[in-house]
Amino acid sequence: MSLSRDQIVKRIAQELKNGFTVNLGIGMPTLVANHIPPGIDIVLQSENGILGLGPFPKENEIDADLINAGKQTVTVLPGASFFSSSDSFAMIRGGHIDLTVLGAMQVDEKGNIANWMIPGKMVKGMGGAMDLVAGAKRVIVAMQHCDKKNNEKKVLKLCTLPLTGIGVVDLIVTDMGVMEVTKDGLMLIEHAPDLTPEQIQEETEARLIISPKLKPVRV
Amino acid sequence: MIASYVGENDIFEKQFLSGELEVELVPQGTFSERIRAGGAGIPAFYTPTGVGTLIAEGKDQREFDGKPYILERALKADFALIKAWKGDAYGNLVYRKTTRNFNPMMATAAKITIAEVEEIVPLGTLDPDQIHTPGIFVKRIIQGLRYEKRIENKTVSP
Repeated sequence: MSLSRDQIVKRIAQELKNGFTVNLGIGMPTLVANHIPPGIDIVLQSENGILGLGPFPKENEIDADLINAGKQTVTVLPGASFFSSSDSFAMIRGGHIDLTVLGAMQVDEKGNIANWMIPGKMVKGMGGAMDLVAGAKRVIVAMQHCDKKNNEKKVLKLCTLPLTGIGVVDLIVTDMGVMEVTKDGLMLIEHAPDLTPEQIQEETEARLIISPKLKPVRV
Repeated sequence: MIASYVGENDIFEKQFLSGELEVELVPQGTFSERIRAGGAGIPAFYTPTGVGTLIAEGKDQREFDGKPYILERALKADFALIKAWKGDAYGNLVYRKTTRNFNPMMATAAKITIAEVEEIVPLGTLDPDQIHTPGIFVKRIIQGLRYEKRIENKTVSP
């Protein structure tokens, strides 16, 4: 069995360290906030201008003026602050964010990432993703290992879609396993419990280096 | 149209893909900084964002302290339409929560900035220490009628 979305984000939550300031991308990455390990104290940043993001509001707490970058209604925790986009990206570009988690359409063995457009088909715009990958101290990608609908691989030797950043990804967590970007390529460090490294390699265009410490994902 | 994120806007995407609308997509942090620079009299700046991507094409690239950066130009406009929470007759503005986002930079980068506020308050009511946009940047101020705050993506905890 490969990992569910929930298991992917739970695994990523294990990368959170005490005192981190973290920016979670729109979509699956946002769910990482539901699994912050006990005893780990982090501050969540949202690039539309919040430090100290809290959980989603109860029905009677909804405030139209308080949303996250994905335009979802949110709350803030004690000690939170609001600021302009200019201050927000000074935090991001200026290296003040410890970790960002982003989705991706493609990643490759050089740590390149593509997640903002498919020429002629789909244009979302890069939003803050290019700034985040350029400025955050650590970049983790949360994604499905393959595009099952179109039967296309997404973990590649070299991305074919327009890039969001070059050589910026540190760790890739998919439904099949966990890969670290090293100077020699992608190292498979954890595998989904029921998958063998050979099965994962089969769904991966990049050549995987199998870690001597390879172990099953535990979530 | 110059924008950063147009996802979830199907009409816009269709107009762009069909060539009906000319669009320049800009990384969000580069976008806010280009506007900030425009308002602050800075014609261009180097940023690490977008190095090695489509965004860098045709732009000057330089290394500082061993890292590559690209040159981005400032952005200015004839008009800026912004929205604040409270304002006064001098054009001083206060924003509420996450509605601040691009408004303070936009206010500085246009020949004529028009601010819509939820409430115009008498001069001296706003605490000078709490003003986000000083009045010098605002040329017109209007108080909107019948406010309806729409929520695009209502998400609640169980």
